[in-house]
Amino acid sequence: MAKALVFIDNPGAALKKSSLELLTIARSLGEAAVAFNGELNEDVAAALGAHGASLLYRPSATDLDDYLVAPKAAYLAAAVAASGAETVLLENTADGKEIAARLGVKLNAGVITDVVGVDADGTAHKSVLAGSYTTTAKARTAVAVLTVKPNSVDVEAAAAASTPETVTIDVPADATAAAARITGRAEKPASGRPELTEARIVVAGGRGVDGDFGPLEELADALGAAVGASRAATDAGWIGHDYQVGQTGKTVSPQLYISAGISGAIQQKAGMQTSKVIVAINKDAESPIFEIADFGIIGDLFKVVPQATEEIKKRKG
Amino acid sequence: MKIVVLVKHVPDAQFDRHLTGPGNTTDRDESILSELDEYALEAALQLSEARGGAKAGNEVIALSMGPAGAVNAVKKSLQIGASSGAHLSDDALAGSDAAATSLALAAAIRYLGTDAPVDLVLTGMASTDGETSLVPAQLAERLGLPQVTFASSLDVNGERVVARRDGDAHSDTVEATLPALVSVTDQINEPRYPNFKGILAAKKKKIAALTLADIGVDAAQVGAAGSLTAVETAEARPPRTAGTIITDEGDAGIKLVEFLAAQKLL
Repeated sequence: MAKALVFIDNPGAALKKSSLELLTIARSLGEAAVAFNGELNEDVAAALGAHGASLLYRPSATDLDDYLVAPKAAYLAAAVAASGAETVLLENTADGKEIAARLGVKLNAGVITDVVGVDADGTAHKSVLAGSYTTTAKARTAVAVLTVKPNSVDVEAAAAASTPETVTIDVPADATAAAARITGRAEKPASGRPELTEARIVVAGGRGVDGDFGPLEELADALGAAVGASRAATDAGWIGHDYQVGQTGKTVSPQLYISAGISGAIQQKAGMQTSKVIVAINKDAESPIFEIADFGIIGDLFKVVPQATEEIKKRKG
Repeated sequence: MKIVVLVKHVPDAQFDRHLTGPGNTTDRDESILSELDEYALEAALQLSEARGGAKAGNEVIALSMGPAGAVNAVKKSLQIGASSGAHLSDDALAGSDAAATSLALAAAIRYLGTDAPVDLVLTGMASTDGETSLVPAQLAERLGLPQVTFASSLDVNGERVVARRDGDAHSDTVEATLPALVSVTDQINEPRYPNFKGILAAKKKKIAALTLADIGVDAAQVGAAGSLTAVETAEARPPRTAGTIITDEGDAGIKLVEFLAAQKLL
């Protein structure tokens, strides 16, 4: 039976939905195993078993987080060799892609990023050139390395839960030799809202919010949505760069994207035009965003957005 | 200090882009210097200028890999201020994926370091066409250099490189020693534009034309043949069509909620 290995970096107190999605894909490809880094508590181990992980790998070293990417790739390469996996699945984050990149060189394995679907034969589906093309790609090598975007599959638990054993993988002695060190870390305050790339609904603002994201945040909270922003808004310093949706920010494809006060230049469209439903609110009837909106409102966001928030609260009681 | 900056010639994102080349590759007519590489070039120029610039022996070499037209990305970099250029071009490179590209670029960087070693390789955070962000990490792996990627600030003090890497949950300080590979984000600086003096000066600057034979890479290792992945199909997504557009008459917020309810999005 084909084998697939999922990499989970610091699973934490509870598994992220994206990790469970990777496990769901791994099971669709064959026997699923997990290579993790960091602490693994009992609840998380049980959840991995419930989602079909047949075996868990842990690194012999506990200091991999002190370095940027490189030694994690060295550990994962050793875990792939031990597991005999033909497919390796990682999160599509900056770290995930870079670990995949280095793993690809170490194993002479083809790497495919930004995957939104994987067929049983390993064919990966992608959306490229700012969502203007959909492609299928395949690794031509014995091992394929895929980084998968969140919300690519519906999470399913395994038919039968397993109680996986944990195997320790020796991290190669030279893994940290030429690695950059992480010498400081400042945690960012949590917003309490869903993560931008994983959210089912995104409410985003641009130049038109004129420094005040308050009304958009209230709408986002009424909808259980994440808040996003155009580059104009982040460059103006009205909101952190982490919130930027677009070519040089995050790419999102939620069920619903509400764009307020954003003109919809190509830079912005690149990050959101694969959203399922797009709603646009803008004062300027000529804004390009209206060309791709399923529902557009020509109007003042400071009137329309609070009215919508009130109406949602009323309906939700 | 000797810095190699990677610059890519990419289709202009302001226009429609197409995957209509052989083997589902990108149509490269109407290409420009990748916007994200301008930040890497600016970072290199600032490091060089802080050390006295070209007069003090600092070098900023703009390296591009690509077909004949890609030399324009190098020329633009020279106009902006790079001290010399290198253009790696060979028919056998066509269709290279990230693995093949990083293999060829690693060999080209080694070649550029034969007379005097390269201290720093600088790149953008991604290309604006492929957008995979794989090449910088693969270059670091292939060259055995410390990888300092997605830097939103960069400071080089003697041999010590200090950068900030911003993630979603935390912002990290990353340190390494030269030689190193650094990729930078669009948050790191404000790239300059070429001025008249720079455009004139660029005409006198040298561009080394490199082939696979020069850098000692076999044709079978690169291009579509040497790539580890293949794009099997590419389909243009049907353009999104505009839906209902209304003008607010005092109740647009309520109409919006009615639309969301009808779409079962509440």
